[in-house]
Amino acid sequence: MKATFDRRGFLRTAAALPLLSSAIAHAQDSRTLTIAYHTALPGLDPTRNAQTSNPAVQSIYKAIFDPYIDQNPDLSLKPGILTKWGWTPDRRGIVLTMRRGALWHDGSPVTPEDLVWSLERAADPKTGNPMNFVWKKLGRTRIDGDTVTVELKEPEPAMLKWLAFLTAYILPRKAFTEAGPEGWDERPVGSGPYRVEKFERNGYIRLKAFPQYWGPKPAFETVIFKFVPDPSTRVAEVESGSSDLTLEVPFEEFDRLRAKPNLVGVTTPVSDVGLLLLSNKAPLLDRNVRLAVSHAIDKKTLIDKLLRGYGTPLDTLQAPQYAAYDPSIKVGYDPEKAKALLAKSGYSTSNPVRMKVQSTRGYKAKDYEMVQAIVGMWRKVGIEADIEVVEIARHFELQLRGELPPAAFYHWGNAIGDPSTSTGATMVGPFATWRTGEMDPRVLPLLTEMDEVKRIAGYKAVDRYLAEEGIALPLLQYVQPVVHRKGLKFTPHVAGVVLPQNVMKG
Amino acid sequence: MSFTYLLKRLLWAIPTLFGVAVIVFVLLRVVPGDPIAMMIPPGASTADVENLRKLYGLDQPIVVQFGAWLADVARGDFGTSISLRQNVMKLVLGRLPATIELCLLAMLMAVVFGLLLGVAATYWRRRWPEAAVDGFAGLGLAIPDFLWGLLFILVLGVLWPVLPVSGRIDPRTAFDPSTQFYFVEALMTGRFDVVNELVQHMLLPAVALALPLAAALARVVKTSLADAMNQDYVMLARVKGYSRARVIWRVALRNALIPAVTLTGVQFTFLVGGTVLIETIFSYPGIGNLAIGAVVQRDLPLIQGLVLMFAVLFIGINLLVDAANAWLDPRVRTA
Repeated sequence: MKATFDRRGFLRTAAALPLLSSAIAHAQDSRTLTIAYHTALPGLDPTRNAQTSNPAVQSIYKAIFDPYIDQNPDLSLKPGILTKWGWTPDRRGIVLTMRRGALWHDGSPVTPEDLVWSLERAADPKTGNPMNFVWKKLGRTRIDGDTVTVELKEPEPAMLKWLAFLTAYILPRKAFTEAGPEGWDERPVGSGPYRVEKFERNGYIRLKAFPQYWGPKPAFETVIFKFVPDPSTRVAEVESGSSDLTLEVPFEEFDRLRAKPNLVGVTTPVSDVGLLLLSNKAPLLDRNVRLAVSHAIDKKTLIDKLLRGYGTPLDTLQAPQYAAYDPSIKVGYDPEKAKALLAKSGYSTSNPVRMKVQSTRGYKAKDYEMVQAIVGMWRKVGIEADIEVVEIARHFELQLRGELPPAAFYHWGNAIGDPSTSTGATMVGPFATWRTGEMDPRVLPLLTEMDEVKRIAGYKAVDRYLAEEGIALPLLQYVQPVVHRKGLKFTPHVAGVVLPQNVMKG
Repeated sequence: MSFTYLLKRLLWAIPTLFGVAVIVFVLLRVVPGDPIAMMIPPGASTADVENLRKLYGLDQPIVVQFGAWLADVARGDFGTSISLRQNVMKLVLGRLPATIELCLLAMLMAVVFGLLLGVAATYWRRRWPEAAVDGFAGLGLAIPDFLWGLLFILVLGVLWPVLPVSGRIDPRTAFDPSTQFYFVEALMTGRFDVVNELVQHMLLPAVALALPLAAALARVVKTSLADAMNQDYVMLARVKGYSRARVIWRVALRNALIPAVTLTGVQFTFLVGGTVLIETIFSYPGIGNLAIGAVVQRDLPLIQGLVLMFAVLFIGINLLVDAANAWLDPRVRTA
């Protein structure tokens, strides 16, 4: 018998293929919210390793665990498992009041002993808490009814804000001790609005609403976070209806998707600042060159051309939502001024100053393209820069060793909006790139300044100094794109978290 | 293939694995990237950095680090992942079954398609099916697997959404397996709804992985068959009056398969390597996906564990290829 494959056979096969689609799971089930999420959850202990302190995974932790202190979408603090918080009169300790009636997902009550155990565990370097450098400052604790007083071994003016930041989650002493660190991922217990039903590493996590949660009743019975690291796959997920919501898609795709009748696009500026880290190396030791480097960059054009207008130009390390933001600090795009400054140091377009600038490629949206555009802008005023492309691991290695080139592109998140975790962290300590020593007397006293008004004013003064001296080169505040299906109401959060508790029906 | 030969091959695997261990250990310490720099948060002090380096034994000389790691590996302890603080072997073995199932499906598809296409091109020689197979082979070899993956996502995930584009299983499915071999377990427990779902999720990544291999196989089978068809024993079969189809299937194919089996073994290692990108694109939770994260984070113990696991896989595949060649070719058996 002769094998044949005719036109009719082909058409019959092709006609049968759409039947497969009936088997595909579509997300539109009113009781379930499916989120195509950009980052995989490293594990279910939110305090355990470096990856659990990744700001990108806090959306999931905040759905399962209660932060000590919660945050409103504008970054202001609000009660979480703690209903009140403050300083002791001598400001050498903190006083925390526990919420009454909160329950763990296993039905047992959340107690002040759990709070003390969680804080002591965080302070123990052996547990691997990546934020131990803050928590180790916590000293003796005293429980008095619902109130816990914690002494500070050394001053930490931002300690109350840290209680709303990375790894600051209450965990159940009894359940954790019984499960042990290795068994915790199989038997996690939180006190947040959702409990864990199933966690498949690098695959997904399925959460169920916790009916006895002390806060507002969750809008969805089931929440699924699918871990989809590839942006084009996330686009396909939401476009095909396999997921209800996704985030961090390329802006070109965002604009295309939000034009579709069944999808809605939401953007919000988030606590993520793109900047060029400047190092005290030639030719940037010359103040004229530093200032020219800043004045030659047209930040608005970078945002308009490369990020389709999604971004806010910045001249300080503080975003507008941060505590120490000072709108009067301006650097300004002025290529003529840049040329004049360079001329003072003997440079021109025919005799350009040469330097190296480092960039990652694809680590952050349009990072390399942005550096390319900046190099083009510099060339017009008399700065010739060679781009060195590195992987992010190499960038961190060089930064820690103090071996970054004079300029290096990076982005800096700060979800509590405190200046100590933006200006403070970039100007002193192992990650500081400007290591002349001139920043130490300006910044170090602020790290222990307990007078809040003086502290914030001090940081504003530092930011002004950085702008006037051209020591820091902030570029923009990033915007987070979120796309969801029609029929949902999503409230964005400046911290960049996509909380299922902030997604409503209708 | 004798038992002694097999034993010898297995014993040779030990120095091979040792060599791999040395190379990967040294390479990882030479390439740029510091795992401590990756994990230390802004605001930490220099003392915090040094404490972490000490905690993970990275403050020791490389020789000491290697000795300690090798001693642990010999005891079956591959260490603790720096970025995830979990047991490396537990992490790798937890993800390996997903990759094995995906690779086996891809391999099955590649072998079936490659074989059929090679045979078809020979059967309809100098007619349009041969040209079509040559065209397919050229295209399949020219386009890398990840590009096929992206194309499938666009066409079959978005424009004509007939198949899922991410994950291994629908997260809503009530299926609580006791092992990570989902497919095998679903088959054995009669959960055919889950089998169907697993196949649907594997289909696009498996086809993306299989296409380049199928193309290479089709070409090799076609060339080998063309050679075999000119041999005396094939002429004899023709003289005996066998049909063309019978000559190809029953007489020529077995000998023509020998280079195809060798190629399959070699290409399967590339296929396993291809999972690194394909699993990431399709959010498939296998070791390829795990490897990307480990490399980005410079998680040295995890990368070492993964590379050793890949090496074990490759050695195992080569053994299987040798066994298959011995079965097909008596000369190998008696050599």
